[in-house]
Amino acid sequence: MIRQLNAFYTDKEVLKGINIDILSNSVTAIIGPSGCGKSTFIRSLNRINDLIPGFRITGEVIYRDKNIYDKDVDVDDLRRRIGMVFQKPNPFPKSIYENIAYGLRIYGINEKQKLDEAVESSLKKAALWDEVKDNLNRNALTLSGGQQQRLCIARALATEPDVLLLDEPCSATDPISTAKIEELIYQLKQNYTIVIVTHNMQQAARVSDQAGFFMLGELIEFGKTEDIFKAPKDKRTEDYITGRFG
Amino acid sequence: MNRRIINRRLDKAFKILGIASTVFGLLVLVVLFVNVFLEGRSRLTWDFFSSFPSRKPELAGILSALVGTIWLMVITGLVAIPLGIGAGIYLEEYAKKNRLTNFIEINIANLAGVPSIIYGLLGLGIFVRYLKLDRSILAGGFTLALLVLPVIILSTREALRAIPFSIREASYALGATKWQTVRYQLLPASLGNIMTGIILAMSRAVGETAPLITIGALTYIAFLPQNPITFLEKFPFIHFTLRGLLDPFTALPIQIFNWVSRPQKGFSTNAAAGIIVLLGLTLAMNAVAIILRHRYQKKIRW
Repeated sequence: MIRQLNAFYTDKEVLKGINIDILSNSVTAIIGPSGCGKSTFIRSLNRINDLIPGFRITGEVIYRDKNIYDKDVDVDDLRRRIGMVFQKPNPFPKSIYENIAYGLRIYGINEKQKLDEAVESSLKKAALWDEVKDNLNRNALTLSGGQQQRLCIARALATEPDVLLLDEPCSATDPISTAKIEELIYQLKQNYTIVIVTHNMQQAARVSDQAGFFMLGELIEFGKTEDIFKAPKDKRTEDYITGRFG
Repeated sequence: MNRRIINRRLDKAFKILGIASTVFGLLVLVVLFVNVFLEGRSRLTWDFFSSFPSRKPELAGILSALVGTIWLMVITGLVAIPLGIGAGIYLEEYAKKNRLTNFIEINIANLAGVPSIIYGLLGLGIFVRYLKLDRSILAGGFTLALLVLPVIILSTREALRAIPFSIREASYALGATKWQTVRYQLLPASLGNIMTGIILAMSRAVGETAPLITIGALTYIAFLPQNPITFLEKFPFIHFTLRGLLDPFTALPIQIFNWVSRPQKGFSTNAAAGIIVLLGLTLAMNAVAIILRHRYQKKIRW
């Protein structure tokens, strides 16, 4: 649930009074032209934007009845429960196994059995297990782009989050990998709340339950995906979806 | 003359000029090295390594200088490496990007370019006089540590900066703290580059003469610093002491400097032999740095 969210880079306002209710166990897609603030928006939901100097935010992001921007929030714990996958696959320059084990290790879990289980189940959930199960010690950077991205999803799942943020996860993957990731999103929806930013209109239509259309930092329209795509209320949404600009 | 022909000739002329400059630099180095090698090689015997300096050139050796250099390197490393890496990590990962940090960064970059004799004067003032360490190995090691510290800080920062921001994001997004990110992702990924920088800095420090002379390193030392570990015949069989740190010392470049400035022919042969040893040491360190960098680059490509 997001209330009156404003975000700034130094003094430039990039998000203007956003209000969205994100439903649990569903997929919410964020669409809009480049530079509309959709990445900033999704990156505000796990406070990863805090890393960027000059970033400032007002308003509230309510998660489990608490504003995540409150002073007493444990940011590291928050980020563990709200997983994130980035535009470009960013595996650590380590083995496949260590990439996934990392999230658990930093939480103090080092027993081999637990790690083995987590690695296997995460890779299975991310539909990568069959491709890599025989060489988990391979350096993750030797995987293909699509495999790397699924590894990043597996890595995010290993810490057992309940929200998964996907920031254009398919922008650097080929159509086959994209199809696999979309299938994955569909599977994961049962247990996770998913927010996905995408450039690809068809993708938003295929995977999401609700969609929000952003333009120039404003949320123009938000609603059920069907409604947004079949009967947009706002002229600008319609223009964008039908490809008249953007 | 036709414009095209002029252009072609200019092109050729520049090429020849470039080759000539390259060859000139290499040639001077080769001549220097061959010259030193021919003069000094006759002295490169075991006795040369195992003897103390002497008034008679044929009896003189570099034992105390070599041991002094090793002590210095150990102390310099122990002081400068943790401080340098620590400061580098702080400035790159922790410090807020504000005016003060900026000011500190500019100053560190400048410090890396300060002439080494200035560090000698600083060492003389602080370590020798104020802290009353006298002309000890410890004072020498601390002084050289100050000298290489900025270089280590800079190369640590450089190495960290080479790691894509997305790796940091990946780590933080999993709930890692800053320290965990540094410890488990950034340091392992940058260690090759950091080590390369450290070794290059240390190999420069090995050859430094001016600061050591300034703080009063002696040129004639006919004994070794007290060994930190001695084995006893009785219980507890092993004796550990750091008294040697406060002993006076000499180092390879100082010994060479001393021999060069003597009139007798024999000593210039000794100097040449000493130079071969010092060059060998530096080249070996650089080789290690190159191997490290090579292996590291093969392993990680973003």
